[in-house]
Amino acid sequence: MSIDIETARRVAKLARIRVDEADLPALAGELSGILRFMEQLNEVDVTGTEPMTSVTPMRLKRRADVVTDGNIQGAILKNAPDAREGFFAVPKVVE
Amino acid sequence: MSAGANTLTVAAARDALRKRELSAVDLTMACLTAMDAGDGLNAFAHKTPEIALAQARAADARLAAGAAPDLCGIPLGIKDLFCTRGVASQAASNILRGFRPEYESTVTAQLFAAGAVMLGKLNMDEFAMGSSNETSCYGDAVNPWRRAGDDTALTPGGSSGGSASAVAADLCLAATGTDTGGSIRQPAAFTGIVGIKPTYGRVSRWGIIAFASSLDQAGPMTKTVRDATLLLGAMAGHDPKDSTSADLPVPDFEAALTGDIRGKTIGIPREYRMDGMPAEIEALWVHGTAMLKDAGARIVDISLPHTKYALPAYYVIAPAEASSNLARYDGVRYGHRAKLAQGDGITEMYEKTRAEGFGKEVQRRVMIGTYVLSAGFYDAYYNRARKVRALIKRDFDLAFAAGVDAILTPATPSSAFGLGEMAHADPVEMYLNDVFTVTVNLAGLPGIAVPVGLDAKGLPLGLQLIGKPWQEADLLNHAYVLEQAAGFVAKAPKWW
Repeated sequence: MSIDIETARRVAKLARIRVDEADLPALAGELSGILRFMEQLNEVDVTGTEPMTSVTPMRLKRRADVVTDGNIQGAILKNAPDAREGFFAVPKVVE
Repeated sequence: MSAGANTLTVAAARDALRKRELSAVDLTMACLTAMDAGDGLNAFAHKTPEIALAQARAADARLAAGAAPDLCGIPLGIKDLFCTRGVASQAASNILRGFRPEYESTVTAQLFAAGAVMLGKLNMDEFAMGSSNETSCYGDAVNPWRRAGDDTALTPGGSSGGSASAVAADLCLAATGTDTGGSIRQPAAFTGIVGIKPTYGRVSRWGIIAFASSLDQAGPMTKTVRDATLLLGAMAGHDPKDSTSADLPVPDFEAALTGDIRGKTIGIPREYRMDGMPAEIEALWVHGTAMLKDAGARIVDISLPHTKYALPAYYVIAPAEASSNLARYDGVRYGHRAKLAQGDGITEMYEKTRAEGFGKEVQRRVMIGTYVLSAGFYDAYYNRARKVRALIKRDFDLAFAAGVDAILTPATPSSAFGLGEMAHADPVEMYLNDVFTVTVNLAGLPGIAVPVGLDAKGLPLGLQLIGKPWQEADLLNHAYVLEQAAGFVAKAPKWW
């Protein structure tokens, strides 16, 4: 399997990373090389094997469904590139 | 005794501090001086001398009151991946430029509660993605070691390159690292220090900037195995804020260092004898095996048949998890936001922000991860890799069930290479650095790199011991025996 320029463009779009048209061929080549490396996995007989979901066979801990934190609006907004009137501000989303 | 105090081990400094032969402030001053004189190593990305001195003064008060913990007054470097309240924590990425967390990671909170002193934040590969510290937004960290008669700058390894460099050069007494595919053990081996990746779940991941959540685990990087026991004891433990952290008691790791491994069984996995492995690595491995045998251990050949599939499985799973974890860097809540052109909407903001903020290797991995998780490829890549991961873990389970106590392997396929030497290599060639370490992350096991010797170029080489889940105490004791037998005491001649 190799990644063509169209696929590279689509992957970049899905990943929300802007890639210049001129850089797409090199990107497609690099991604194809990595995919070729991964294709060794096709040699393995995985019949009857379940995909690993947890590396240690233990049940995730549960906690009581109670509020443990809050009222820290200032702290949450502190690092925002653009915060106004207690909100995160972004470019207009709807017309 | 404060002159040269930065060269002490944690254990020696603890003893001197408790006897009040040394003050925490003097020890911290010695480290701050060494840190400033070590700028040529580019190990520290953000220095925090004011915090360090305030913590040292508090430690002295606590020491004077008696019964202070082991780490009280011990100056540490903290990998930039750990969120530290009010102090830049940016995973060596431009996308987190200016980010100062409003909270403290569990690991650093526990270290500070034990009285440890933070000298600053350490250089690393961007988002811990790299094996040479060359993907950092801060520039390369430099290995204090050089080839004999050659002043080529070498990599300290990665991703915890700044941690390795700082500890090896005595800029701090010990450091924190994180290890997703070998990022503690490979740099430890490249710089002649000790680095342990604990069992997955032993140390809380809360407040550590995530790379691949099912593989990430923090651990200490230290000058000696004994120091590793002291740091690990303070870093480990159950944390309700990390649902994957294990609710198990933390043993007294230092007390486990009996130096007695008589009757233990050491497995030597035949699949780690790679084609084209340098003769020096092979000889080191044979030498390490002989040392453990001389100490009374039984040596057995074992087979871990899926070893060769570990790297390809890792390079599906880790990027998949990374693409999901790094989706949060969108220019909205923290970090960098690109300057937008007239008419740009939110999609342009995301795309430009992430293109400007992420370096090339991070972009590559996010896109590979996006691809293997995308519709139509999820089963072919991601699910298949998770199945292979289950088989890799089963290989280890079978070896341990057959009576193996620990497994001995090389830590790295070579000694440290030159910065820039891999610049034109295929990304996959760089990935091969993790060939001996990545299996351990996939299986969630504890692994430790111990310095054992120097190669013909005068550079350190390490061996790796792999232990059973949750048996870090036993693993550290094996490492201690190897350390004592190897007697590695060489230090990099100071040039910086």
